[in-house]
Amino acid sequence: MAEPTIHTGAAAGVGPAALRRSPVAHLEKRMRAAGVTGARGVTLSEWPFLAMVDLRVDPASEAARRIEKTLGAPLPRRCGHTTASGPHTVVWLGPDEWLVLSQADAPTVAAELDEALGGDPGSVVDVSANRTMLDLSGPAARQVLEKGCPLDLHPRAFGPGRAVATTVGPVAVLLWQVDDAPTYRLFPRSSFADYLARWLIDAMSEYRGPEVP
Amino acid sequence: MLLISCPWCGPRDETEYHYGGQAHVPYPETPADLTDGQWAEYVFYRDNPKGPFAERWVHSTGCRRWFNVLRDTVTNEVLTSYRLDEPRPELPQAGGNR
Repeated sequence: MAEPTIHTGAAAGVGPAALRRSPVAHLEKRMRAAGVTGARGVTLSEWPFLAMVDLRVDPASEAARRIEKTLGAPLPRRCGHTTASGPHTVVWLGPDEWLVLSQADAPTVAAELDEALGGDPGSVVDVSANRTMLDLSGPAARQVLEKGCPLDLHPRAFGPGRAVATTVGPVAVLLWQVDDAPTYRLFPRSSFADYLARWLIDAMSEYRGPEVP
Repeated sequence: MLLISCPWCGPRDETEYHYGGQAHVPYPETPADLTDGQWAEYVFYRDNPKGPFAERWVHSTGCRRWFNVLRDTVTNEVLTSYRLDEPRPELPQAGGNR
């Protein structure tokens, strides 16, 4: 099993942050070793402990407007769309549900959004421990995902700034493309992260050798 | 595999969805007054039409919303999908015995 993660940041050594461990920490070396460079390159790494807050509110309500003001970005209204502001990225999950990804401190983000929601119908829940984030990047990244993702990931249909909930292999993930490298960020639920990381390592292995015509 | 169009997310593979049985089965208005036979009718008895059939699906790995699908049970063709707050659409091409 993974060793407890020791943090050297501001919150280091106090409270649960010092005890938490990422669900794929034990695969870190294997993920790094699976990386391929060159024209068919693809790399895999994990970004653990990203702040994620699940937000549910009626998009037409006054509370939604207060939340948009707090976030500094509008809530995306259509499937696949994201909006970003400062450390926050808001991902559409459903017609009245969003996931706020943030590089800020999760309890702080949740508290701010909760205050903006006030007592109105809706919910703000810190779900940072629900998922982890795998970063898949490189010229062959799209080909790796296409082995197991039913979505059309071709640039004509999918591109940077798009995020959708779908499946990769048999695992339900939130799939977010961040740039044209292409770099994809996959958010599997923690208990499926080990399987997905191994699935990706296996899918990446063929790009080490020359292309088979 | 069926290609089902979620009213919120657009066309996705069948593997992203789960089936929820016949749509438009209303909960009894006076459940306390029902006989066992009527309860059985409500709980277990479903139509089995040959042709267009309105059924519920949930987009489990997507937006997790329930919606209705009109599927032809003969050809397995998905005719249309619509939200729960929308009425069953009238299709000019719809045949069947309903």
